[in-house]
Amino acid sequence: MLGMLQTENEIVEDFELFEEWDEKYQYIIELGQKLPALSDEFKTDDRKIKGCQSSVWLHASVSDGKIIFKADSDSTFVKGEIALLIQVMSGRTPEEIIKAELGFIDRIGLRQHMAQTRANGLASMIKQMKLYAVGFQHKTA
Amino acid sequence: MSTTANTTQAFDVVSIRRDFPVLNEQPYGKRLVYFDNAATSQKPTAVIQALVDYYSRYNANVHRGVHYLSQRASDAFDAVRGKVKEFIHAANEREIIFVRGTTEGINLVASTYGRKNVMAGDEVLVSAMEHHSNIVPWQMLCEEKGATLKVIPMNDKGELILDNIEQFLNEKTKIVSITHTSNSLGTINPVKEIIKHAHAKGIPVMVDGAQAVAHGSVDVQDIDCDFFAFSAHKMLGPTGIGGLYGKLHLLEDMPPYQGGGEMISSVSFDRTTYNEVPYKFEAGTPNIADVIALGAAIDYWNNLDREAAAKYEQELLNYCTEKLSVINGLRIIGTASNKASVISFVLENINAMDAGMYLDTKAIAVRTGQHCTEPVMTRFCIPGTIRASFMFYNTKEEIDFFVEQVEKAISLLNP
Repeated sequence: MLGMLQTENEIVEDFELFEEWDEKYQYIIELGQKLPALSDEFKTDDRKIKGCQSSVWLHASVSDGKIIFKADSDSTFVKGEIALLIQVMSGRTPEEIIKAELGFIDRIGLRQHMAQTRANGLASMIKQMKLYAVGFQHKTA
Repeated sequence: MSTTANTTQAFDVVSIRRDFPVLNEQPYGKRLVYFDNAATSQKPTAVIQALVDYYSRYNANVHRGVHYLSQRASDAFDAVRGKVKEFIHAANEREIIFVRGTTEGINLVASTYGRKNVMAGDEVLVSAMEHHSNIVPWQMLCEEKGATLKVIPMNDKGELILDNIEQFLNEKTKIVSITHTSNSLGTINPVKEIIKHAHAKGIPVMVDGAQAVAHGSVDVQDIDCDFFAFSAHKMLGPTGIGGLYGKLHLLEDMPPYQGGGEMISSVSFDRTTYNEVPYKFEAGTPNIADVIALGAAIDYWNNLDREAAAKYEQELLNYCTEKLSVINGLRIIGTASNKASVISFVLENINAMDAGMYLDTKAIAVRTGQHCTEPVMTRFCIPGTIRASFMFYNTKEEIDFFVEQVEKAISLLNP
């Protein structure tokens, strides 16, 4: 598995193929459509991050000291964003997740579209991933 | 459509569009299609110029200075109160209070008239299609006073059910506050009729005019409302300014809203006496620039053939409704027989925000989500809608492109 920064760099390289916002949008939609759905048993209220325009269900588990994230959303675009975040964040140690700066979000030019979709819960999702990591760290300490 | 030729003759949208510089913008290098007019309208050059003129040529505080600039600013500022009075057909310009917008207008009435007249056990009546701005201030009042908020329900078309309105109007009802036109459904409510019923029982009525002022003319004396609030930015004016109309005898009887300069007649540490209406409700230096620009917006409306503009908007609404209605998996939310140029819809199995973002990639501006009317979404059991709202500067060509792109969004996003 590539390191976190290397994974981020790969995502940035993928996005360099697209100049226009509509191309990036379509790519993120594709990623969202490809992300496996979370099974209904995990779509519970305690896993739900409610946004004004879309909701996210985030499930975390631990395997060999690494945190595995699975997530879903009622928005395909948000699912695409989730797919990117999972690529970077899932399968990492709690320490890595807590320290993650996620600079790729700016570098792929997504931040500018976040303003109009501030309700989409991406920021809350990152926060929640980090909270899980802090929780697991305490549990194992 | 066969009506296109007639429209062009009756209403010259091509020359109208030249008055709105932002319509030439090209987001992502594409032609802007602005269908988010119910959120805020675009501004004609005359309004923008009024702001620039004030700041660059006669910026000064009003009603205080003896100098030339202050006189000029005061004259320009004061003249707008008369223009607003004419615009909404009030009887007296003292009945016009400048506020930040509809929201502040409603809050003002709830915290002054409401606090004075609504007591424990009383009721405040609103409708099922209110914007949060016409729910929350009354809820806060009810909570403070131990009163109850009652709600007139609506049917599946998004029309208020008024058959048994009488049961909502009783001796406990102290005020009714209702929207003239729904921002999320487009429904135009029969406010005159509702007001007549309420007045028969001596209950005053506030009208939320945020959407109504931009489509067709408003006559507060004809509908006989007791309070009417509107925002300038939805009717070609600047943000941060609006008007509250109140019948003079009610305003005179109400306690002030905020304390400060301008609203006082005399101040000592023992006692302050308040200024007369409307100044009693306008504490502090007013929003001079935006009031003057609101005046420019009203001038623009007065120079426009408003009847033709309203008719043209109805044509746009009908044209778009027809085209959207035949799309599979698309359901229009809000099908009242009397509607303003607002179309809300949902797409089967497609998140509204996803579709809205797709349209944005094509430089089409729509609003998605709950439109600050969460109870409306709950009523229709939907998480949110895609809303296209038209102004008289929009065109059928824009609608053609929009509908085409909605179809593309469906094929792209369909799981």
